[in-house]
Amino acid sequence: MTESTATKVGVPGDERLNNLNVNKPTPWWEKIAIVRDLKIAVGWQKGMLVTGLVITVFFILLALFAPLIAPYGYSQMKDASGASFPTQSAPSAEHIWGTTVGGYDVFSRTIWGARTAIIAIVIAVVLSIFAGVLLGLVSGYFGGWVDRVLVVIADAIYSFPSLLLAILMAIMISGGQSGLWSGILASGISITVVYIPQYFRTIRAEVVRIKNSAYVESAKVVGASTWRIMTKHLLKNSTRTLPVILTLNSSEAILTLAGLGFLGFGIEPTAASEWGYDLNRSVADVTAGIWWTAVFPGLAIVLIVLGITLVGESLNDLADPRLRARKSAGEVVGSIEDTSVDPNEKPSARNEVIAELDSTLNPPATVTDHDPAIVASEWTGEDRTAANGEGKE
Amino acid sequence: MSDNATAASATSSATSKPKKNHLSGGFFRFVLTRFLLIIPTVFILVTIVFFVMRATGDPISAAMGGRLTPDELQRRIHAAGYDRPLIVQYIDYLGGLLHGDLGTTLTDNQPVVTILTRYGAATFELAFLSLIVALIVGIGLGRLAAKYRDRAADAGIRVFAILCYATPVFFLGLVLKLIFAVWLNILPPSGRSDLSSEMQFQRLVSPTGFYIIDALQLGDMTVLADVLRHAVLPALALGLLTAGVFIRLVRTNVISTYTSGYVEAARSRGVSEKRLLDKHAWRPALIPIITVMGMQIAMMLAGAVLTETTFEWKGLGFMLSNYLKARDFVAVQGIVILIAIIVAVVNFIVDVISALIDPRVRY
Repeated sequence: MTESTATKVGVPGDERLNNLNVNKPTPWWEKIAIVRDLKIAVGWQKGMLVTGLVITVFFILLALFAPLIAPYGYSQMKDASGASFPTQSAPSAEHIWGTTVGGYDVFSRTIWGARTAIIAIVIAVVLSIFAGVLLGLVSGYFGGWVDRVLVVIADAIYSFPSLLLAILMAIMISGGQSGLWSGILASGISITVVYIPQYFRTIRAEVVRIKNSAYVESAKVVGASTWRIMTKHLLKNSTRTLPVILTLNSSEAILTLAGLGFLGFGIEPTAASEWGYDLNRSVADVTAGIWWTAVFPGLAIVLIVLGITLVGESLNDLADPRLRARKSAGEVVGSIEDTSVDPNEKPSARNEVIAELDSTLNPPATVTDHDPAIVASEWTGEDRTAANGEGKE
Repeated sequence: MSDNATAASATSSATSKPKKNHLSGGFFRFVLTRFLLIIPTVFILVTIVFFVMRATGDPISAAMGGRLTPDELQRRIHAAGYDRPLIVQYIDYLGGLLHGDLGTTLTDNQPVVTILTRYGAATFELAFLSLIVALIVGIGLGRLAAKYRDRAADAGIRVFAILCYATPVFFLGLVLKLIFAVWLNILPPSGRSDLSSEMQFQRLVSPTGFYIIDALQLGDMTVLADVLRHAVLPALALGLLTAGVFIRLVRTNVISTYTSGYVEAARSRGVSEKRLLDKHAWRPALIPIITVMGMQIAMMLAGAVLTETTFEWKGLGFMLSNYLKARDFVAVQGIVILIAIIVAVVNFIVDVISALIDPRVRY
């Protein structure tokens, strides 16, 4: 029930209806998918979601405050006094995670890497959502041969290994060589192309399902423009599954970025710090027993992907009631009184199970269906006719 | 040649929605329709790969750019026909593809087809071993997680699955290498076999390229042991990556069939939990698992590129990353197209298998 209907039904001077829980407007922050899901989640499922969120936020903070946290720059090879860093030195007080074969500080590069990773994901996800959703809407709504061709192409791309596609794109965009922003941008766009089909398929399937429904028909009859139907009626109702795909895609995007870097299609070390590139350089180190150049950037990738995947998996499970962790009897959300239309039923914090037990132990003395003080009021049509009938007799 | 192109696109439009058109067809008809669908898929992928690779210019300038004089470069480009209109080159390439000719590599001047046959076996061996690892770990743990749903074992297995998925295969490879090859020193760090085994393989009249089969042909147990020891770490790295996805998939699907009405009904008739899981819930859960398995094989080929690079496993992936570094785009194009064809064929096989298991899929 929304506010507007509540005020229509209400009685002047009577505030009780307005005080019902159901009538309170939902605060805006509870409408955000993740916050809503946090409230639904229980037990270890909540643990997974919270852990994932904490890790993700941690990396976002690292990316934002990299210049403050990292002791050195990502391409810095000399300290303040001008002396070169030692190469391949083990972790020490100066370089807490050691240095690489090229003389970079591993700790600093790992921190700066968070920034590269997050910028690349944001570019990739924003671009692929934009393109994928637009194509999906247009293709699904208009149909025809354009739709057929797009579907076949999307299916072909979708079945193709994403890393190979990203390599092809990287060759096309940058010829495999890249500088600072062009490198990040090239990686981002390469990843984008890989994920467009996923958004396209999801949105298109939803649009095809919705576009024949009654409310779209009526919108057409009323004379709504195609643009309005597409944005208001179709888009808003077909984005249900987007948060899940979005999070799972961002974790895949990091892996693809790292894979590109590992194959030498990443970003030059002087342009930005990229974990995949660092791991590529550490392959030879590992055989020689030098573990710190590989372990730290690698763990960073594992952690950030783990965090984002945990969030995505939890959102996925919460969206599917069959997979949602089952609440035990004591954890029923809300109470049945909150849904009552009878203002005499006081909304309570107690859950329905306790209420039920309570009522069997202490049965209420009298059962009143409506407030006797307001006879023949306008609560409901039924009430009024019943009261009138009584009056006549 | 253009006839072929139009025929392919015609097939694509005619068969893109076969579910609606051929409801009354039998199994054979389904297999045939599905088989014909491979053609447009491969055609589209080849087209995309070709034009994407050519978007930045001809492969000779990319490979030899700095090393040749401009005149020499022009002469080479002209000799190879890269100065013709792109569409002519494209049709030429498609024609070659139909005859099994994928061009000649620029850096070492070998037919691409030779490269594919020489190194393909190594990649298949790795993929096959990894698939075994993935199936054992994935199905075993996935069913366990479904059985103990929402309990500690389930949560533990799920975290393990996410970790498998979250770890880049090359990082897992490096860690395994560090632990087992460098610190414990019980397994070889890289390569497919020792030099002595390689010498043994030279004696074979008809080597298959699959080292395990070759070792069996030799009948030499030390060679077989050597080959297997080399395969453990790469297969584990690539297998665990895929296992993560399998665990999740098996768990979700078994749970959704396990909680469905007919399983509930069977349980109320007194069917044992073991039988419920093994018979009633398992078989319907298999269909989506097999479908996704096909896509995972595609992903595995991409993972193989990274795994082979990490372990210097001389397969297609290793060669691909070498050719990428050398900017030999003719070779890259050939390997990528081969993978595209494999992916399309695997998806076809997967669809046929799921139709065999579930009659509802047939149309």
